[in-house]
Amino acid sequence: MLSSQIKSNEIVFGSCNKDLLEEIIFYGIGLGADFVEIFIENTDNSSVLAEEDFITSVSPSFGRGAGIRIFKDKKDGFVSTNDLTKIGLMRSVSQAIEMLDITDKKNREVFNGLNKHRDYSLSKKKWIDEVPSIHEISEKLLVSTKSLKKNNKIITRKGSYSRNLQEVMIASSDGTYASDIRLHQTVGLNVIASDAQYRSSGSRRFGSSGMPNEFRLWDHEKAANDVFESSMNMLYADYVDAGQMPVVLANKFGGVIFHEACGHLLETTQIERGTTPFENKLNEKIAHESVTAIDEGISEGSFGSLSVDDEGMEPEKSVLIKDGILKKFISDRAGELRTGHKRTGSGRRQNYSFAAASRMRNTYIAKGDYSKEDLINSISDGLYCKSMGGGSVGATGQFNFAVEEGYLIKNGKLTNPVKGATLIGEAKEVMPKISMCGNDLELAPGFCGSISGSVNVTVGQPHIKVDSITVGGR
Amino acid sequence: MNSKEITTQISEVADSLNLKKWDYGASFSNDYSVQVDKGEAKQLKASQKQILTIRVWNESNLVGITTTSDVSKSGIKKALNQANIASDFGNKNESTEFSPLAKVPIKVNEVKKRIPVGIKKLLTLLREAEVKLIESHESIKSVPYNGLTESFFERVYANSDGAFRSYSKSQAALYLYARAEEKNNKPRSSGSVKLGYGVEDIDIESCIREASNKTISHLKYSSIKTDKYLICFSPESFLTIINAFSSMFNARSILDGVSLSNKNSIGEKLSTKALNIYDDGLHEKNISSSPFDGEGTPTKRLCLINKGKIENYIHSESTARIFKTIPTGHAGLGSKVSVSPDWIVVEKSDENYDLKTSLDHSTYEGEFVYIEELNAIHAGVRASQGSFSLPFDGWLYKNGTKISIESATVAGDIKYLLKNIVNIESNQEVTTSGISPHIWVDELSITGDA
Repeated sequence: MLSSQIKSNEIVFGSCNKDLLEEIIFYGIGLGADFVEIFIENTDNSSVLAEEDFITSVSPSFGRGAGIRIFKDKKDGFVSTNDLTKIGLMRSVSQAIEMLDITDKKNREVFNGLNKHRDYSLSKKKWIDEVPSIHEISEKLLVSTKSLKKNNKIITRKGSYSRNLQEVMIASSDGTYASDIRLHQTVGLNVIASDAQYRSSGSRRFGSSGMPNEFRLWDHEKAANDVFESSMNMLYADYVDAGQMPVVLANKFGGVIFHEACGHLLETTQIERGTTPFENKLNEKIAHESVTAIDEGISEGSFGSLSVDDEGMEPEKSVLIKDGILKKFISDRAGELRTGHKRTGSGRRQNYSFAAASRMRNTYIAKGDYSKEDLINSISDGLYCKSMGGGSVGATGQFNFAVEEGYLIKNGKLTNPVKGATLIGEAKEVMPKISMCGNDLELAPGFCGSISGSVNVTVGQPHIKVDSITVGGR
Repeated sequence: MNSKEITTQISEVADSLNLKKWDYGASFSNDYSVQVDKGEAKQLKASQKQILTIRVWNESNLVGITTTSDVSKSGIKKALNQANIASDFGNKNESTEFSPLAKVPIKVNEVKKRIPVGIKKLLTLLREAEVKLIESHESIKSVPYNGLTESFFERVYANSDGAFRSYSKSQAALYLYARAEEKNNKPRSSGSVKLGYGVEDIDIESCIREASNKTISHLKYSSIKTDKYLICFSPESFLTIINAFSSMFNARSILDGVSLSNKNSIGEKLSTKALNIYDDGLHEKNISSSPFDGEGTPTKRLCLINKGKIENYIHSESTARIFKTIPTGHAGLGSKVSVSPDWIVVEKSDENYDLKTSLDHSTYEGEFVYIEELNAIHAGVRASQGSFSLPFDGWLYKNGTKISIESATVAGDIKYLLKNIVNIESNQEVTTSGISPHIWVDELSITGDA
């Protein structure tokens, strides 16, 4: 490396910034901080939208910034800035110190300098050159939207692509010093179908991390067929009758039920707030014995995978629930400090302007022994939720999520399509009712919005049966 | 660099790149926020942020765009270069131009900018608020979601035709969501949000009182039988519904085929003659008001529904040109310009003779469901299909008593809802998203217990 870079008075991406980072951390520790963390980010993003047979939007963006977090006892102060000069970063440290009103200069921890640089980006520096060009993306999106034009009932066709390239550097007073490059690509198709007073929509989204070539391999024909078929099936569907009933949730994005209903309640941020019913349930049964649930950040190419979390820790595979017994919480640095649950490599944030928090990564229910048909055959009167929409969880643990494509189950067989269904419940009541898990586990990408912004996640599960749940309808 | 210097910088770099036509929007902000946990500071946050969005027009008059947080000279040059490259992929089917109203003089009220009180003062105020809220009732055990923030920002729009608009203002927000627990009952949670131009403008006592009263009022609860009910929407919940289906008045959504309306829907009867709906971004009660939109068009009051009929759509420059009208001040700034409402105002018109005025939420003794707050809008609304199925907080009023409803959803169709409005109460209430009276709707489906 060049000596001019070492002595730089500004963060330089792609260079060693160790001396500058150490100087800033020493500065914070000298002012009385127990812990200092610097998160630096450089982004290069791009998105393309195709509508009908035209490209209607191309939106590149780039940016850079730093998030500086100071802990004193169990309090933390967080400052974000676009100013990556030494003066700017030191000003941010001073601001955080001042916010915390630190007068006691004694530190709990000693800073002995940064450890050896863990550079996870070495094999990823060419990704920016390997991802498809705007021209290539546009051409494939237009072919995709053309494939959606299968009959005159399709009145709206959209294809969208988004690419986020994020270069990060994490340094903290426990010696952590890591760098990484992350690449996320998503592509989605949407249609609206209409016939007289009837309307329906269909959508599918695909996503990957760390795979520059993935968009080129995307099977747009299959995706277009799925979206078209879904919208046609739902076009003349009746509204579902509301009530309590057994449901079978499809694999892949069906896993949103676990994500919303239970996953969020296993994040240590919920323990900190006192808003999870599972706080004191470690090693106790909280779900049916057929349920084993996992959160991990290591599946190659999955949308929620990462080489290192936003606090510089390598992600682990966390078995959250084993045969119905609660085994672990999803924890970040603040979570460990405030709740005692060990970090799991789950400290995540949307960007530099958010402090990291305990967040899910690839979260799924493990596969069981049953076939999809076994589950459906076991129900005489219920609902099959083939495709799920979004969902949310409230402050007291109640959740809900929309069913995008649903079918009635009568006497063990799928019958009429139904629309307008919403699944409503509370985690601790529903988890014990997941009585059967299929053998067809699959994952699906998504975005999760919470305390530290919107992060890429994967939800997943095999087909599962919930013995009884409230279905909102008409 | 300040906004004038950025404009000069963009102009110079654009000249060097032979880019003759450009515009930009920028925002510069400083935000401070605190959260507390049982009397202790939990997280204190400060952020300094700058966002710059530049559009350029190439020789074929196609538009390219780039957004960046790097407003250094090199950042601006890179942004212009990227926008220029992106313009090769500009939309050939729908052109974008400068707003014809981008240089119309507007009055910008600078009085609304307050002096920062600082993190320590924010922390002291929030700590006191948390203590008072917890002490307000023995069942309130914590305030898990709380925050007090103050923000100071400047927004700018400028273009190569000489338009330059800028305004700066301050804003503060307090939110308190309490959690109450009683033995043998489920925990219940509710809260309150207050906005002001500065912290001194926020009525903290009223926020505490509202959060406490709302939370306590849900302590005794019961499930509700799944059925159709007479509904009274609170001002907040009715505004939530109208905002969720605002694509009915949105010219962009109409052109994109995702609206329930079409180009010829102006004049279509949607509701009782007693209903008027306006979008009024400059309303004096709108703390978040902005004097101009992303394209520099002045913000204005616009009638959306007049005596039950669709009166106007909200527009950007390009949608207005297609509809042969003028922009309405509702545009964003993007590669594809979005359009969105500012501040919805719901009123009772003077043709209100068909209303059932005996329906008053404070005096009516018959059975009805009062919907206080609708939740999970992103999951339960199908704007392009007109349907909704939404969880809510509310009460069942029956035989002169009220009881909080345990976990239920209301479902229906927006056109059905608007057509079945049976009363619009007289008193309007100001909320964080607009102004509305209580609205009564007949026969909507509620899902509770089977």
